[in-house]
Amino acid sequence: MLAGEDSPAAAKLLELLVALGEVFGAERLVTVESAHISGVSYKNLGEAGLEWLEEQADLGARARIRATLNPAGMDMDLWREMGVPEEFAEGQRRVIEAFEMMDVEPTCTCTPYLIGHIPKFGSQVAWAESSAVCFSNSVLGARTNRESGPTTIASAVTGLAALYGYRLDENRRPGVIVDVEEVLMTTMDYSALGYITGRRLGTTVPYFRRLGRPSLEALKALGAACATSGGIALWHGEGVTPEAGVMEEHLAGLEKIVVGRGDIEEAAAWLTRPLNDPVTVLGCPHSTLGELREIAGLVKGGDLEGSLWVFTSRGVYAEAVEAGYVGVIEEAGGRVYRDTCMVVAPVREMGWREVATNSFKAAHYMANMGLETRIGTIRELLSEVPG
Amino acid sequence: MRLKGRKVVGGCAEGEALVSRDAVSFYGGVDPETGVVTEKGHDVEGRSVSGKVFVFPTGKGSTVGSYVIYRMKKLGTAPAAIVNVETEAILATGCVIAGIPLVDKIDGEALEGLESGMILRVDADSGVVESVEL
Repeated sequence: MLAGEDSPAAAKLLELLVALGEVFGAERLVTVESAHISGVSYKNLGEAGLEWLEEQADLGARARIRATLNPAGMDMDLWREMGVPEEFAEGQRRVIEAFEMMDVEPTCTCTPYLIGHIPKFGSQVAWAESSAVCFSNSVLGARTNRESGPTTIASAVTGLAALYGYRLDENRRPGVIVDVEEVLMTTMDYSALGYITGRRLGTTVPYFRRLGRPSLEALKALGAACATSGGIALWHGEGVTPEAGVMEEHLAGLEKIVVGRGDIEEAAAWLTRPLNDPVTVLGCPHSTLGELREIAGLVKGGDLEGSLWVFTSRGVYAEAVEAGYVGVIEEAGGRVYRDTCMVVAPVREMGWREVATNSFKAAHYMANMGLETRIGTIRELLSEVPG
Repeated sequence: MRLKGRKVVGGCAEGEALVSRDAVSFYGGVDPETGVVTEKGHDVEGRSVSGKVFVFPTGKGSTVGSYVIYRMKKLGTAPAAIVNVETEAILATGCVIAGIPLVDKIDGEALEGLESGMILRVDADSGVVESVEL
C-alpha cells in the first residue's frame, strides 16, 4: 500500500501512520476495527482543513472500516434558526460532503457509543474526540490513543494504526489512586470529579475508588471532564470499569489523592460567575435519551423563550421525538439541535455572551472563548429559567 | 557543522535558519497568510518562517495546527524544513500531509550552536542537518 496500489491518498495516509509510529517508538502497525473522526467543525478546520479533506476525497480516500464523525459547527438542517452565518454554513456543508465521499457515516456526534458504534472489549480502534476516547478505553475496554483528525482518517482508510501508548497492556496501568470521599449523586458531581482529577493528574491514568454506582450519563461526564482539564485518555473505577479488577495487582505503592465535597464546590466556583441573562446549554457530551426525559419533565408547561438549548445526536433525537420529549421541550420554548454543540458552533458570531451548564467540559471551553459561565445541576439550572 | 538526528518526514531542503528556544503552536501562533510568528512574547515573534529551516524544541497547542502547516505549504508561506529537539504528533502530522522535511532528536547542546541567519542544508532522509559555507 505504501507504493500507492490502493489509492494515492491511502499511500500518503499510511506514511502518516508510519511517521507517527516512529515518533512514538511503535514496533509495528496493528489492524483497527473502527474509527471515530474529529476535526469536523468548519470553525476549527477553516479553509486549510477543508482543502485537505477535499483533496483526500478527490485522491480516492475511502473508509475500509466503520467510521463515524464528530459534531459539526451547526445543525445541518436548522442552522439558520441557530443564527449561524451563511458563509460558515457553506464551508460546513463542503466538509460533510468531503467526508461522505470518503464513505464516512455523517453521524456528527461525540457519543458514537450511544448510537450503536460500540467496539468490543479488548479491540483496537482509532478514535479521536477526547471524551469518546475516554469512554471507549475506560468503559468499553476498547483500545485507542488520543487520535487527531488526520490520524483517524488515515486509520479509517488503511484499517491500521501504530502500536504504541494505550494499545499496550503496560501503558494501561493506573498511576495514581483517587479516593472519592463524598457520595456522588448527580451527573454534575461526576463531571466535577473528572475536572478535578484531570487538573491534578495531567495525563496519568487514575484508579478511582468509591465511585458509587455511576449512571451512563455520569460515566460519559466523568471521562469528558478528565480529558478536558488534563490529557487523560483512560481511567479505571473499582467495581465499575471492566479492567479495574485486573489492575488491582498494580495498586501497591501508588500515590493516593482524595476528592471531597469541598473540592467539588471549589471546582464549580472556578467556572461560576454571577450572570444576568444566560442561555442554558445542555448536552456536552451529547444528551442521552434519559437526559432528554429529565429535561422534558422539568420544563413541561414552562415558558423558556429560547433560553434553553439542548444538543444531541440524530439517533437519540429520533428516539426522543418518538417518546414525546422533544415536543415537550419545544412547546416550553426550549430548542433541541442535532449534529453540533456549544463547543464547536460559532457561538460568538451567534451573539452568545453568558451560558449556564451542567458540564465542566462545556464551561471550560466556553470560558476560554471569552464567555461568562456558571455551573449547576440540570435541576438547579432549569428551576432558574422563567417558567 | 554537521548534526545527526532522526528522520521523521523525508526530503531535502536548504535555507536560512530561524532558531527559537520556545515551543511553537502553528494554530494561533503563526499567521498562515504571511508566515509570521504572532504569538505574544514568543522569542521569534514578528519573524517570518517562510522558506526557512525552522529550528525549535517542540510543538504545542491544538491538533488543528497540522492543518495550518498544510495551508501554509499551499500558500507558499511554509518553512522549507523543520528541525526539532523532540517532535510531537501535531508537527509530525502537519509535515507529513504538507510534505515538509522534518528531523528531530538533534542533540540539545549541539543545537545551541545553531543561530538564526546561518544557511542550513537538511537531508531528512539520512537525518543530517549541516551548515553551508558561503
